[in-house]
Amino acid sequence: MSAGAATSPALGQWHASRLAFSTVVVLMGIGLFVTITLAVAIGPVQIPFTRVWQIAFAQITGQDGDWSLAQSNIVWHLRFPRVLLGGIVGAGLAAVGVSMQAVVRNPLADPYILGISSGAAVGAVLVLSFGVLAFAGAYAISIAAFAGSLLTFLAVFTLARIGGQFSTGRLILSGVACAYVLSGVTSFITLTSDKDELARSVMSWMLGSVAGADWLDLSVPALVLLAGTAYLLLCARPLNALLMGEETAATLGVDVVRFRRRLFLVMSLLTGVMVAVSGAIGFVGLVVPHIARMLVGTDHRRVLPVAVLFGAIFLIWVDVGARMIIAPSELPVGVITSLLGGPFFIWLLATTRRKGVGNA
Amino acid sequence: MSFVSTQDISWAVDGVPIVQDVSLGIEAGEFIGLVGPNGSGKSTLLRTIYRVLKPTGGAVFIDGNEVWKTDAREVARQCAVVTQERASDFEFTVEEVVIMGRIPHKGMLDADTKADHEIVRRSLAEMHILDFAHRSFSSLSGGEKQRVLMARALAQQARFLVLDEPTNHLDIRHQLDLLERVRRLKVTTLAALHDLNLAAQYCHRIIVMRAGRIVASGAPREVLQPDLLREVYGVEAEINADRSGRLRIDFSYLGA
Repeated sequence: MSAGAATSPALGQWHASRLAFSTVVVLMGIGLFVTITLAVAIGPVQIPFTRVWQIAFAQITGQDGDWSLAQSNIVWHLRFPRVLLGGIVGAGLAAVGVSMQAVVRNPLADPYILGISSGAAVGAVLVLSFGVLAFAGAYAISIAAFAGSLLTFLAVFTLARIGGQFSTGRLILSGVACAYVLSGVTSFITLTSDKDELARSVMSWMLGSVAGADWLDLSVPALVLLAGTAYLLLCARPLNALLMGEETAATLGVDVVRFRRRLFLVMSLLTGVMVAVSGAIGFVGLVVPHIARMLVGTDHRRVLPVAVLFGAIFLIWVDVGARMIIAPSELPVGVITSLLGGPFFIWLLATTRRKGVGNA
Repeated sequence: MSFVSTQDISWAVDGVPIVQDVSLGIEAGEFIGLVGPNGSGKSTLLRTIYRVLKPTGGAVFIDGNEVWKTDAREVARQCAVVTQERASDFEFTVEEVVIMGRIPHKGMLDADTKADHEIVRRSLAEMHILDFAHRSFSSLSGGEKQRVLMARALAQQARFLVLDEPTNHLDIRHQLDLLERVRRLKVTTLAALHDLNLAAQYCHRIIVMRAGRIVASGAPREVLQPDLLREVYGVEAEINADRSGRLRIDFSYLGA
């Protein structure tokens, strides 16, 4: 066995069956650029690909071009914000999915499945119907959604730990139970409210949508995405250690209790802000990290950047589908992610069971 | 003062004492076997020592530092731990598992350096698993996994090694192999072991626990006596030393 020393490949190289990390990141970066271009160009009014960036460049530098105002409005004020918001939300949900799966040591975790998104939706709806947190102005919905997801996080994890050992089965059950209760709360608030418009906006919250996005909607989610992802990347080593088990992580010098508390905050913030702008879009946090791991392995230093890029690409395309499938009408993106993600979840459940390690 | 010591360590859950007033000292370079029947508090004692379970009373010292007044990272640089491996749904390569041993030495912004990879390489070589580096950890056999976890502990470059029943679920060849390698490291080691013959063969000293207390401590041939084994385990034992001085213990059932 020791004879293999001379012939074994140098350490620090990636696993043979995996693609090189840098290749994947470059491809994903190019993919994201192409995705944004196509997603802005495609629609009832087709825009030439080069024109997409000509208009964007002209808007940023304040120049004019030889295109109509209508074309410029469609590209810059309708499609760009929507596409970018889709990308930001997809990236954010993927980052939450990756870290949540590390915390519970199970690839089946996702903010939607664990009811966290529903909690955020309750917070958002409270603001819409009762004007809670009015002093916070435009940020009220984000703050309320953050508070809603943090409280739900704590409730779901407390429930899963009650009466003995924490298990993934209990966690998913308590997540599903909380999601039901919280959806009921959302429906109750909506149906008993005397605001007629509320029902429609709540509907879009519960189904998830990035339609009607505005440039102004982008700043908070973009900042939270950047800060959240940066924090998680800095914690990539402790996240790796956590996947080996809490006790192992502790013996490797990770202060597990404090670290987990911080992760809950970061994940709640990401989930809350993404839900505040787009509603509860399910399964992105489940599907995307899994595919990222298949491409580059489990190390969070590689999974996180790839999942974030791929999450953006994924949700932008799903939103293109949402716009195109029954055009000129639209589907909420959440409907499509559920149609794709539900079967994926079942497949994941079936394959992890087969390995006999389905419960942590 | 001993290199590692505990002073009156106690730990209780819901008022039920699991470990009671345990004081022990380990000299640098010693290989100590911790033995005792199931439920005697071995694992609990080890967990208070490696800073996972906060003792309800008493103190633990490693190299002069009081463990529970030192932060987790610092303790992880002094003390490496190998417990039994639990199944995971996530696929790390062997190299990725072993380089986790460098975590306590790394700040948030530090990248893995050439030196880190060299330490990982040496640790793998020490456990004779250099050619496993790129294999999936979860695809390995129990014995191979234990060697990977030992390599991770080596990469931690700690001067004190704690092993909690490291040979459980291993076949006899791999049990001997693992203990042989640990002994050759000449690192101060405290290992909870089930097999008294193995403990006698590899340990400089044996500490016997029963019902949360230490009932005996000393060289294997002094400690492993029929009277003690009858009292602690409730079995009849016949102990012989062969020509090379190696102990051989044969057990017989005393009845319920």
